[in-house]
Amino acid sequence: MAEEKEKILQIRDLDITIHTAAGSVHAIQGVDMDLIRGETAAIVGESGSGKSITMKAVMGILAGNASVKGSIEFCCYHEDGRREKVDILKQDKKWIRKHMNGKQIAMVFQDPMTSLDPTMSIGKQVMEGMIWHFKMPKKEAWNRGVRLLEEVGIDDAQKRMKQYPHQLSGGQKQRVAIAIALACNPELLICDEPTTALDVTIQARILELVQRIQKERGLSVIYITHDLGVVAKVADYVNVMYAGKIVEKGRADEIFFDPRHPYTWGLLSATPDMNGMDRRLDPIPGSPPDLLHECAGDAFSPRNPYALVIDDKMAPPMFQITDTHFAATWLLDPRAPKVEMPKELKARLNRMRKEAREYGSKL
Amino acid sequence: MAVNYSLKPLLKVEGLKQYFHVHPGGAVNQHRPANECTAINETRCVDFGIPGLRMPIRQQTVTVKAVEDVSFEIYPGETYGLVGESGSGKTTIGRSIIRLYNPTGGKIWFNGLDISRQMDKDTKKFLRTQMQMIFQDPMASLNPRKRAGRIIREGLEIHHSCRSRAERDARVGEILAKVGLTMEHGYRYPHQFSGGQRQRVGIARALIMNPQLIIADECLSALDVSIQAQVVNLMKDIQEETKTAYLFIAHDLSMVKYISHRIGVLHQGHLLETGTAEEIFEDPIHPYTKSLLSAIPVLNPVVAKKRIWKSYDKKTLGIDYSKGSYHLIGGMHYVKCTEDEFNRWT
Repeated sequence: MAEEKEKILQIRDLDITIHTAAGSVHAIQGVDMDLIRGETAAIVGESGSGKSITMKAVMGILAGNASVKGSIEFCCYHEDGRREKVDILKQDKKWIRKHMNGKQIAMVFQDPMTSLDPTMSIGKQVMEGMIWHFKMPKKEAWNRGVRLLEEVGIDDAQKRMKQYPHQLSGGQKQRVAIAIALACNPELLICDEPTTALDVTIQARILELVQRIQKERGLSVIYITHDLGVVAKVADYVNVMYAGKIVEKGRADEIFFDPRHPYTWGLLSATPDMNGMDRRLDPIPGSPPDLLHECAGDAFSPRNPYALVIDDKMAPPMFQITDTHFAATWLLDPRAPKVEMPKELKARLNRMRKEAREYGSKL
Repeated sequence: MAVNYSLKPLLKVEGLKQYFHVHPGGAVNQHRPANECTAINETRCVDFGIPGLRMPIRQQTVTVKAVEDVSFEIYPGETYGLVGESGSGKTTIGRSIIRLYNPTGGKIWFNGLDISRQMDKDTKKFLRTQMQMIFQDPMASLNPRKRAGRIIREGLEIHHSCRSRAERDARVGEILAKVGLTMEHGYRYPHQFSGGQRQRVGIARALIMNPQLIIADECLSALDVSIQAQVVNLMKDIQEETKTAYLFIAHDLSMVKYISHRIGVLHQGHLLETGTAEEIFEDPIHPYTKSLLSAIPVLNPVVAKKRIWKSYDKKTLGIDYSKGSYHLIGGMHYVKCTEDEFNRWT
């Protein structure tokens, strides 16, 4: 069934090495990812797992010291309805700037404090893309800018157009950043930790805003986040990333109700449970690996209580569980000993399933 | 760990007020609703340092009421969670208590000593040793030019708490072990740590004086989820061992539930609801608390997609915080509201 739907983005064997003064960092190691038009995908992982770099590669805004291999195929429509598949990695920066950035793919960054220009008025920043891409007259761009600000829920839009970023609160700034991203009618919106710098109440508002706009405009959205709560709220499809690799991917219900990778287990256990009575969290021990030193086996094995001997020698391949659900762990190999997820997590997942049934799910 | 509420409170805050005078145009008062601020026109004489030249300048000063009439207690060995959105005054309360600010009004007692006014030498020394703080961003709060060991032992040196170097170093080693680091980590600089380890150094620095109260100001927000869990567990273990009380300031309610015995909900400088973690989560009364609880992300994808966040606007609900008084719901559960609101909500 998945084949029938049109893929807007198809990443294959993405491999990124960043050359730094301290040595080469193999930041992304063979990432495959798909996004179906109109759906929402999330990339989850700790800081340093390579989730932002992957999306920067899609936007073509990687730093100059990165060397990239693989392919990123983006399927776009031209104004005359012509469909075209482009490999973003084969294009030069200038072409991407002219045809992709803003127009086809737009990005919302983590911290609206730093992503907005403090010396430019809100209006100028909203209009910038439209004037540049569509050669739109200023007057028309202004009117569209006002409409955009209204669309993202900023009141008094006429007045706000003339104001500067420091005169807005954090939530309003992020709304402006979303309005800027939407200005040129992109097909794909990438949200890089859009709510990490914001409060929970504002987070809820921003997520609901993006969902509403997505529905209205038929956008495809990619979320980059480390918060599984955000993922649960928005994502259709989840990619769990660790140390530059996707370790588990699947539909949201598969990842949340039937996780297979020990790292996903760890992430779920470490997230506070509002219904649970236990007063203790189960953190993942240790900290993420330093990618400066490449290791032979599975990068997660030092932190993995379920690690097998082979994990230190050879990195596991992707094992298929269902049509859409994949996980890279040796535990799924037929020769591996049978290992169950932690008892507490299992109880919690059962509770979640029950709760989901109460909400009318078929699980 | 159970807290003995029959003991004398360790910290008692009564009617704390904290106002700031700012000049309009600054970013500070932009998001404040107008009724929270009062403007005063005043004429100031500016001295340019030239003898005989003084120039009167008319200037408008705005008073921002960051904290308005907040009262609560913290008992020995208890964790009190203070939650609210940004701008609600939670950080200000923490800073007023540790006397980084001079409170505008109200009283603060720490272990029976009044610390809200001018303090004598002994009180000051007591406050400076027995109350410590952990900050939000460990990268910004640790001096990048000092080794971790030196950052941690600074308190001991300032207060002359150790007789010899050997004793001091032994203390530092002990504390490092307690927060899950080794002696070797003491020789590193802040940038050589990972985020979680850095926050452990921050905790070690707070613990070295063996304080009775630690104010943790958003100490988890800069960390990854898996590391947050590590730090929360560490803080709980330390509390078991040392019986330190925490004032835990955060906007993330889910973590607050895990660590706090009691919770206070703050909005626009007013403490709206306070009670044990169970009381607040199981039976929230104030509409703001309900809105805050509904905003917590849930892990269940089916539930999360169907659940709608309850919005809260005090204007449309017609709530005036300054008119309310504390009403007892039961146990330790109090809500700030008027008589009429109390009847409507319960």
